[in-house]
Amino acid sequence: MRITLTVNGTEYSRIIEPRLLLIHLIRDELRLTGSHWGCDTSNCGACVLWLDETPVKSCTVLAAMADGRRVMTVEGLAAGTRLDPVQEGFARCHGLQCGFCTPGMMLTARWLLDHHPDPSEADIREALSGQVCRCTGYENIVRAVRWAADYEAAQDQADHS
Amino acid sequence: MQVPAYVEYEKATSLTHALSLLAKFGPEARVLAGGHSLIPMMKLRLAQPETLIDINGLTELSYLDSTGTELRIGAMTRHAELLGSRLAGQHFPILHDAERVIADPVVRLWGTVGGSLCQADPSEDLSAAFAALEATMVIAGIEGKRTVPAREFHIGPYETVVGPGEILTEIKIALMPGGGSAYEKVGRRAGDWPVAAAGAAVWLEGNLIRTAGIGLTAVGAPQFAAREAEESLIGAPATQEAFARAGRLAAEHCRPVFDQRGPVEYKRHLASELTVRALRRAVERARG
Repeated sequence: MRITLTVNGTEYSRIIEPRLLLIHLIRDELRLTGSHWGCDTSNCGACVLWLDETPVKSCTVLAAMADGRRVMTVEGLAAGTRLDPVQEGFARCHGLQCGFCTPGMMLTARWLLDHHPDPSEADIREALSGQVCRCTGYENIVRAVRWAADYEAAQDQADHS
Repeated sequence: MQVPAYVEYEKATSLTHALSLLAKFGPEARVLAGGHSLIPMMKLRLAQPETLIDINGLTELSYLDSTGTELRIGAMTRHAELLGSRLAGQHFPILHDAERVIADPVVRLWGTVGGSLCQADPSEDLSAAFAALEATMVIAGIEGKRTVPAREFHIGPYETVVGPGEILTEIKIALMPGGGSAYEKVGRRAGDWPVAAAGAAVWLEGNLIRTAGIGLTAVGAPQFAAREAEESLIGAPATQEAFARAGRLAAEHCRPVFDQRGPVEYKRHLASELTVRALRRAVERARG
């Protein structure tokens, strides 16, 4: 079947088997290897990307389901050379060690801050509870998200003053 | 690498279209909602449909509203939408209790209420919540719609009364004043299936229990309900003794099996204790 979808603002059209999983389309066909393929059982969250306005675990979504929709991967987070505050937070707070879980963590964190700009530590931990990090532990990841929230609040205030 | 076996795919654009696609492709076709139960089953070859009918475009099945006498939940409502619904939480806090412990926030954004029910996993949470609330399922076929009580919806593990040419479209719950409800679950880790869980819905008249619904999941309760426990409560004063008796009856009449989530005795213990806790909290809520 032929599908057409927009990934990070670029339209792609491909002929696929309907059983192709979205994560494999993104990584193997479109060569956007920022999204990681982890547990394959929708537990670990390494494959999280956005389908339209929503983070999804793309190992459990068919590429066919993305036909006609918009996808955002970690490659689409930065605006040109300017990192998204969430990316900046992960860099500053050492929110990663091996980096395998990082793209999924950042995409879910972006969604959290879009819907909940001032999350408590508990809110951040709850939002990321479907994502697994096996090396840094979660302290620095939570700090990174909180850094981004503070940064964005400060930016907002600067814009309004 | 886990991938589903070869499958055909059709995107439905309306309920009528979905029903005609189901008629066209026959009993080996399966409806694909969020896919968060079906796709993992397909990866493991536990489900091998020939054709998937994708109903994610059916916004007509995505709603949550009140008619004044009933709460109506469209089958394509995402778990996160049910959890986020003030209306649902205000009338039936059991639904929010249950949603808060279903999978994780990202899965809840895409998985659907109807999909979970139709997957009919014997450890599914909402099945117990809807059994406690004595909800009604609306099922559409090419000939029209029919309704089935939640307690007649499941035939057995992974099997429901939804026929090959049919689609679950809605869950309805009657609105009655004076009620309270709650859901209590024990899992091995955050986001996991329950080792056991219990839901309770009670309606009080003074200190007496007028009506009680108790749902159980993961412990082999017939139709996810604990009927003997419910009967013991009707007309009884809402006391700890009554809750304890109901808990004992719930544990006696369920049939848990030993598996990787725990031994039979532990699950029976949980069935009893979680029934008591759910009743306690439901009654507190009913009293406001």
